[in-house]
Order: sequence, then structure tokens, then C-alpha cells
Amino acid sequence: MVVRSWRHIKERYCLIGSRCKTCGRIFFPSRNICPYCRRRGELEEYKLSGRGKVYTYSVVHVPPKEFERMVPYVIAIVELEEGPRITAQIDCKPEEVYIGMPVEVVFRRIKEDGEDGIIHYGYKFKPVNY
Amino acid sequence: MKVGIVGYGSYIPKYRIKVEEIARVWGKDPEPIKKSLMVYEKSVPGPDEDTATISVEAGKNALKRADIDPRDIGALYIGSESHPYAVKPTSTIVAEALGITPDLTCADLEFACKAGTAGIQICMGLVGSGMVKYGMAIGADTAQGAPGDALEYTAAAGGACYIIGSKKKEIIGEINGTYSFTTDTPDFWRREGRPYPKHGGRFTGEPAYFRHVISAAKGLMERMGTTPRDYDYCVFHQPNGKFYIRVAKYLGFKEEQYRDGLLTPYLGNTYSGAVPLGLSNILDRGKEGDRILAVSYGSGAGSDAFDITLTERIEEVKDRAPKTMDLLNRKEYIDYSIYLKYRQGIKM
Repeated sequence: MVVRSWRHIKERYCLIGSRCKTCGRIFFPSRNICPYCRRRGELEEYKLSGRGKVYTYSVVHVPPKEFERMVPYVIAIVELEEGPRITAQIDCKPEEVYIGMPVEVVFRRIKEDGEDGIIHYGYKFKPVNY
Repeated sequence: MKVGIVGYGSYIPKYRIKVEEIARVWGKDPEPIKKSLMVYEKSVPGPDEDTATISVEAGKNALKRADIDPRDIGALYIGSESHPYAVKPTSTIVAEALGITPDLTCADLEFACKAGTAGIQICMGLVGSGMVKYGMAIGADTAQGAPGDALEYTAAAGGACYIIGSKKKEIIGEINGTYSFTTDTPDFWRREGRPYPKHGGRFTGEPAYFRHVISAAKGLMERMGTTPRDYDYCVFHQPNGKFYIRVAKYLGFKEEQYRDGLLTPYLGNTYSGAVPLGLSNILDRGKEGDRILAVSYGSGAGSDAFDITLTERIEEVKDRAPKTMDLLNRKEYIDYSIYLKYRQGIKM
């Protein structure tokens, strides 16, 4: 788990995806090949703004073990300003979330590998201006 | 070389618990507690927040105000007594998340409640000597008091970040001088492997907090040739509201000078975050030419004092990120059971 988590630090900590220099499309998580331009595509690192809106959401009442302290919590697909849609937890009460709600990225603990393991950090979102 | 603050930012978790709620659980009358501590509620970190996440949020706000390339930051120090790991730096997590890696030096600092201001002094040295272009110092904590202990009413969470630089046109607050007063005074400690700190009760007062804060404040004013009348604002470490006001009055400061630096009554004691957060509220309100005396205190024990003069650039940057008072007023109250659940007080 340590190495798997470490490999994703850039995208999970800083929302760094990739952008195809040929067609301008932005991908998150990052890709090695542009699925539109194929061989003509050239990908570069691209930092996403972290601003977007809730595309759709669900409220979790029966969580995986690591998330028991957070129940009930909101998991949403967030459509970022730049286009990509990503799944993330929204830091708000279930009754506050709505489709189209403007959100911005925050840095949070996601889970930990038990009491003596690694702590995994990454992105969540919160309502803008809150 | 003149050095100063080129950016600052703060962060306070949204959850709050009232003194009444903690007192209810332990069968205490809340009124004497509120009166003796001058603390009415405190911030509580969410279950997904810790010193690293608070530091990142404060750091992001400081970068928005400084408007510099994070890769130009050559040093990062995080002062806290609640680092998420016993061994493994918080500062590397924060540096990575703020986009500062890999060309920097960083380390975690611990000096009870004054490690954040110690970080500012280290950055002043590195920037002043030309070793780095900018230094970032963060004071943040998610402090815990043992259940039922007096500290439980005040131990809170929050932090603030300061970016130190030397370019005259970028400085928002010139640091005119700093002075520290340090002795071995064991008034508060936590041994390795123990979950909660212990303290010397009333011993934390006269020989510890008051002696060090007063000596550092007087020591700096002597060196600067100033008196309390020369300052528009002052801020001191604030384990509770009572100690803060007593030390401010003893030194000869008036309410209009010490009022804006005091956040503890509705925030609690954010330990390493306390003076950095109080100072950030002053910067949010200050104007060009305002002079500030800031004195931290860390048990064990030591105080760092700073003399700061704001420049015209303060007006330009203060609205670029959320203000400390806005973060303090953004709140959601929780009861003691939720507080225990969030603070890992319930074994699962």
C-alpha cells in the first residue's frame, strides 16, 4: 500500500493531471497516451484549478471500515472547471449538497493503514465560500 | 538585509464544542470555568483533519496573498506538538501538497506552543543570509487534553502560515527585530508514547508563562528602544483569555492594542497556531505604518518576541484569501459524543 499510495502523490495532493498539447484536452487521472490523438498526441503535466461543481452525488450510510467515523457522508462526481469529472467526498451535511453546487478542493486525510501504518492524504471538496 | 512577511494565511476547522457541553459530561458547573479561563468554546478538527491538512490549507492561503511561485520557497518549517507521525516529517507532506518540492530544506519543529514562531526566526536567518529566497513557517496544532483535565476545555485546533522574504516591494510587514527568552522550566510536558500531556497546574503561571512572556516583551522593547505606546497592536500567547489580558495589562498595553490579537475565548488554545493566528487577525485589520509587538510562549520554556511594521502592500494582499475572523465565525457545534468520535476517543 505504501508504494501504491506514493505513486499517486502528485495527483492526490496537487490535482496534477495531463494535457494533450495537440488537441488541448485535459485528463485526470493523467494518461500516457491521448485517446483522441493517439500517436500524434503529446502529453504534459497539467495542474487543475480545484474548482468545479457537483455533477451528481450519493449519500453513504453503510461505509467501508476506514470511513465509519464519517457516516453519513457525501460522495460526489465533481465536474472540474477544466472538464474532467472526478469522484470525491464533499465536506458538507447530506442535506446541504445539490447537483450543480459550486465546490473547491481541500487537502484532507483520506484513510490510514491501521494505527501503525501510513496515513493516506488526498483531495476532498467543500462548498465554495464555506 | 531587511526581512519581512511577504504572505500570510490561516485555517481553522469548522467544528466547535462549548465549555457547557464538556462541563456537563464531567458534572462540573460551566460558569466558574468560563469565568476563570475566559474561554467559551473551542475548535475541534474533523475526523479527516490533522496538523498536516491544517498546514496545507493555511499555506495555500499564504501563497494566494504572497502571489509567488511556490518553487521559489527554499525552506519550510512546521511547528507543532501534534505532528501526525512520531517519526516521519509533516513538512514533506505539506511541501509536496503546496508544490514546493523538491528544491528545499525542511524539518518539523516542536517547542510546545512556540514552535511556529521559532520557524519564523529560522526563516528570517536563512532569508537574511541569502541562503534561500523565501522561507515558509507554519504553526499548527490539533491539541488534545486528557479527558476531564482542565486542558480539555481549551485544547483546540488551527494554524497559520507566514512566508518570509527580503524583496522590499513584496514585504507586507517588515520585521524590525526579534528576541527570545529561554530557560529550562518544566511546566507542561508529554512523555514518549503517552497520549496526553501533563502540566504543573499553577506552576504554569508565574514562573512559566508570565516570566517568559514578560521577559521577552521587555527584552525586545529594550533592544528596540520602544515602549508599549509605540505599538498599535500587540499579541501574546493565549492558553486562555485570562493569562493574555493579565500579561497585556501588566506590560502597560491598552484594550485597543490587545483586543484584536485575542481569539482564544471563541477558538480555544491552538498551541503552536495561537500567536500566528492572533497575528493574522491583526494583519487582516492593520494598515500601513501600524506597528505590532507579538510574543509567543512555549512551555518548557521560552518566548519569541517580534517587532513588526506594516507596509502599504498590506492593503493589496489582505483580501486575496479568507480572513481569520471569517474562518472563526464559520462554525458547526458538536456534542461531546461526536467530539470523542472525531478525536479517536472511541475504540473501534
